[in-house]
Amino acid sequence: MIKGMIGRKIGMTQIFDENGNVIPCTVIEAGPCYVTQVRTAERDGYTAVQLGFGETKPQRLTKGQLGHLRRNNLPALRYLREFRVKNGEVDVEEGQQIKVDVFEKGERVDVIGTSKGRGFAGTIKRHGFGRQNKTHGQSDRERAPGSVGATTTPGRTLPGQRMAGRMGNERVTSQNLQVVVVDPERNLLAVRGSVPGAKGSIVMIKPARVRRGK
Amino acid sequence: MNANELMQSLVAEDRGHPQIAPGDTVKVHLRVIEGDKERIQVFQGVVIRLRRGGNEANFTVRRIASHGIGVERTFLLKSPRIEKIEVVRRAKVRRAQLYYLRDLRGKAARLKEKR
Repeated sequence: MIKGMIGRKIGMTQIFDENGNVIPCTVIEAGPCYVTQVRTAERDGYTAVQLGFGETKPQRLTKGQLGHLRRNNLPALRYLREFRVKNGEVDVEEGQQIKVDVFEKGERVDVIGTSKGRGFAGTIKRHGFGRQNKTHGQSDRERAPGSVGATTTPGRTLPGQRMAGRMGNERVTSQNLQVVVVDPERNLLAVRGSVPGAKGSIVMIKPARVRRGK
Repeated sequence: MNANELMQSLVAEDRGHPQIAPGDTVKVHLRVIEGDKERIQVFQGVVIRLRRGGNEANFTVRRIASHGIGVERTFLLKSPRIEKIEVVRRAKVRRAQLYYLRDLRGKAARLKEKR
C-alpha cells in the first residue's frame, strides 16, 4: 500500500502513555484521502500517486477540477497532492479511498507543511543574530544587524550576507516524528512534537526518509 | 467531527478523584517508580492553585517541610501516576490563587475551615 496522507493540523495537546509519562503531540485530521490519479513512467515520465483530501461544495471548484475528479466518481476535493512512488510499483487504483490506518502507532513519519508567515523579520528573529547593548551610551542600535562587510577591499557586500527580510510562509518538513495515536474511525493522527504551520493548515504525511533515534 | 471534537476525544477520562478547590488540605497519593520497584508516596498540603483544561489540568500543593521550609509541588490532575487524592479539610478562601500564603508563616498562614 502506498503510504501517504493529506491532513489538516488541528492543534497541540499532551497525552499520557501507559507509564504515565506525558507526550506532547500534534493532532492532525488525516484523510480520508482518495487516489485521484496515478502517474506512470510511460505517460508522465515518473511514478507517483495523486491524492485528494477535504470534501467541499462542488461550486467551490472549477469545472476543470470537477471533471478531473469525476473521472473516478470522486466527491469534490479541495486539496490535491502528489506522492512519489519509489520502486515504480503502484498497488492502488484510481478512486480508492485511503484512511489513516496506513500508518501504525510507533512508526516514524515526516510531516510537510507551510510554516507560519513572520512578515518582514529582522536579523535577530530570522537568522538568530545577537542583540547589541541596551546601555553604554547606545541608542537605536539594539536590534541592528551590525557590520555587513569590510572596507575598500572588497568594497562591496558579499553575496549571501544574512539580512532582514521575509520570513516563514514556506514549505517546511518536520522529520522523523513518532506516530502516537492512529484512529481510522475519527480520521485522527497524533504525532509526537510539533508540526509546521498554523492550526487548520494543510499538511502532508509521509513515512520518514531517515530514521534516527530509538 | 470538527476540530474541537477531535481534540476533546483525546482527553483522558475522569479518574474519579474528589472535587478539589483552592484552600483544601489534600493528601496526594503518588505512584513513584524507583528502579524496578514501585511504591506510593503521600504529599500532604494546601491546594494553592487549580488550573483546568483537559489533559493539561493541574494543581499546586504547598506544604511546610522541616525547618519551616515551604515546598510546592504541581501535579497533573489527569495523570495516571496519581493513585488517589484525599481531601482532609476544606477552608474558606476568597481568592482563586492563594499565593499570599507564601509570604505568611506559622499562625498567620492558617485558613478558616469551611462550615
